Amino acid sequence: MAQRTGWTEQASSCRDASCPKGSSHIFKVVLLGSSSVGKTSLAYRYVKKDFQDSLPTVGCSFFNQCVTLDAATIKLEIWDTAGQEKYHSVCHLYYRGANAALLVYDITKKESLEKAKVWLSELEKEFLQDEIIIILVGNKLDLSEEREVTVQEAKEFAKTKCILHMETSAKSDVQVTELFMTLACELLKRKEEQLQATHWKKSRINLQETTSHRAKCCQI
Amino acid sequence: MEAEDLGLPPKGGMDLPEDGVDPPEQKISPGCTETGEDELIVALDKQVELSAAQNNGPLSVADGKVDVQEELSEAREESSEKDLSDSASTDNTLEDSCEFSRPLVMGGGPSEEEEVAAQPRPATHRDEDVTAESWRAHRKHVFVLSEAGKPIYSRYGNEEALSSTMGVMMALVSFIQSGDNSIRSIYSDDRKLVFVQQGPLVLVSVSSTLQSEQQLRQELLYVYDQIISMLTQASITRIFERKKNYDLRRLLTGSEKILDRLLNLVESDPCFLLGAVRCLPLQPPLRDSLGSLLQKAITPNLVFSILVARSQLVTTVQEKTVIDDCRLEPTDLHLLLNLIGATSAFQTGEIWTPICLPRFNPDCYFYAYISYLDADCTVCLILLSTDKESFYSVSDCKKRIEEGMRTQNYLQALSSGLKSPSYSVGMVGAPDLRHFIYKPLDIPDNYRQLPQFTSPELEGPYCSESERHRLFDLYHYLHSRIHSTLRPLRLIYHVAEKETLLAWVTSKFELYTCFSPLVTKAGAINILTKLLRWIKKEEDRLFIRYPPKYSTTPNPGKGSKGVRTDGAENGFFGGL
Repeated sequence: MAQRTGWTEQASSCRDASCPKGSSHIFKVVLLGSSSVGKTSLAYRYVKKDFQDSLPTVGCSFFNQCVTLDAATIKLEIWDTAGQEKYHSVCHLYYRGANAALLVYDITKKESLEKAKVWLSELEKEFLQDEIIIILVGNKLDLSEEREVTVQEAKEFAKTKCILHMETSAKSDVQVTELFMTLACELLKRKEEQLQATHWKKSRINLQETTSHRAKCCQI
Repeated sequence: MEAEDLGLPPKGGMDLPEDGVDPPEQKISPGCTETGEDELIVALDKQVELSAAQNNGPLSVADGKVDVQEELSEAREESSEKDLSDSASTDNTLEDSCEFSRPLVMGGGPSEEEEVAAQPRPATHRDEDVTAESWRAHRKHVFVLSEAGKPIYSRYGNEEALSSTMGVMMALVSFIQSGDNSIRSIYSDDRKLVFVQQGPLVLVSVSSTLQSEQQLRQELLYVYDQIISMLTQASITRIFERKKNYDLRRLLTGSEKILDRLLNLVESDPCFLLGAVRCLPLQPPLRDSLGSLLQKAITPNLVFSILVARSQLVTTVQEKTVIDDCRLEPTDLHLLLNLIGATSAFQTGEIWTPICLPRFNPDCYFYAYISYLDADCTVCLILLSTDKESFYSVSDCKKRIEEGMRTQNYLQALSSGLKSPSYSVGMVGAPDLRHFIYKPLDIPDNYRQLPQFTSPELEGPYCSESERHRLFDLYHYLHSRIHSTLRPLRLIYHVAEKETLLAWVTSKFELYTCFSPLVTKAGAINILTKLLRWIKKEEDRLFIRYPPKYSTTPNPGKGSKGVRTDGAENGFFGGL
């Protein structure tokens, strides 16, 4: 946890000029999944509102994007990782301290879902369940004729693991903004819950404190 | 196995203009089979040194014509067949390996015409039919395989489909290895096969180009280094120690494009041939300001800051302690730029990736921060750090650089320079000069800087891909003659079918020029004089003469300027 606060503080020092100063919450989002499932395309669609055939990513690409919700403006730091296996050994560098992970798979490739499951188990090793929000994302909805992974199959898997599931198409812009908005809402909700929890903790009666107080009383 | 036929180069391309004087090399060459290489080189060197001393610098232009002509006649070309038979004697393959050669020789030797016809290749080389004639007809194949004979990479066609071919290659390698020897090359009618073994990897080039064995070997080493730049040598060694038949493609999937791009570049960009960096021509004050901007935006563990525009170096800054024992090698920069060029890029994204600089240290990763500064993704900032956790602080450096560039309007100045092509050869003012490549060698010792070169845009007849290939084939050929280990030359005047070329190496520079075919020898020398004078005039713009460092001295900018005026004499033009 100490690590996480470290990252966040640093991040706030180099806040993007495009983000209004009021954005109090910064969340780190990491895109994971096997190669050529469309991680970069999803990020590109969301940030640039466009689609281009992209070449493989090296290492990791980093973007900032601000989201304005009713309650607050939050900043998403999106880490778009390379799907290639050679970068797996360094991936922990990218997902460490993340607040959310998008596990992307290609609905036309069964093995990409399997790979997403592997990523999930890795995240489970690194994070406690309430530390990170995970969304399983089936991309390439535009190729649904060639679908190999059914919605039901993915949904059921997501349900057993208590994670969210969505299907998108970065190419034809289906559900991409919704995906990130859902994520933003979830993150904010989680944050508020956490805040309330700490608040709740503080408002509870602290027995130890009272005892010491009482002890003082007795002394008089 | 001796070379069967040394009929390369094909067609009249290498014919000689005239034959007056017996070139001195030829006098020596009969001895070359008996005497060792070294002796020969020494003998040649002496000869050249002597003439250089007489001339007081090879091109003391005032009375240069005579001198140059002398050198020209000295270095007169001789029959190319003879030359190739010389170089072929380096082939140390064993005689009894003949039987293996059959399956390896690609095709029944398709004619030149067929090859040219095969030039427009399909978009995806991976899907090519490896049994088709068009596959065999490619100018140059490159294969990478593991010691266990597992295919790793093929330039054309699917590696899987080529596993039996690669198996044969490995059989060849290990057969010769079992005799405590190593296979270096095989020469067939129209192909050269060059083998390079690096650790657990075997690289094979099958080429019908005019390139020398040495050049092909160099290219294979670039391929190896590019693989290393992604995986590091240490990890490759470790992987294969643990599992001999590991399928390295698992780690290289998605990287084929990087190797494809590299191999295309190697054939068309002189930077690989010369081992030098191409600089963006820029007014020195602007380059200096950009350099000092990079110098100011630093953070602990940042080692190199590099600013490039369209793969041309704008400026580079290195950490001072690093420059003392090491420096950024051109190869490392080329491989890095190739990697970046083969990666998806868009402006808002910032890339943070581990990368190995193989010539700097083949076993360790740097962490590279890569970001584009303009909307068109032409100006690219690369910051190399040794600390994998330093993304945010390095990203902050970029913000400072970006801010500085915005307030000073540097970006605009840079991109206005980028809109026009690099520069036209017409600027020299010599109509018969079509193209040239110039690499200065007079680098002051106290400035261990990147080797650089300059070259104008390709224009005129070299617009199509096949014409460009043809020109670079000629350059490659001249380069191989100049740098031949057996008989290095100082000067070659070469009349080809459609152009006349002249290559010249002195202690101060290495120069390759291409003239229109009708140029006379005297005319070529005149142009050369003009060209060298022009380069001298423009050198502050064309090259980074004194690269900045992260310096502890209070005013590095002023210091380097002071030195510039003293050190500006280019040496080769000292007499002017």
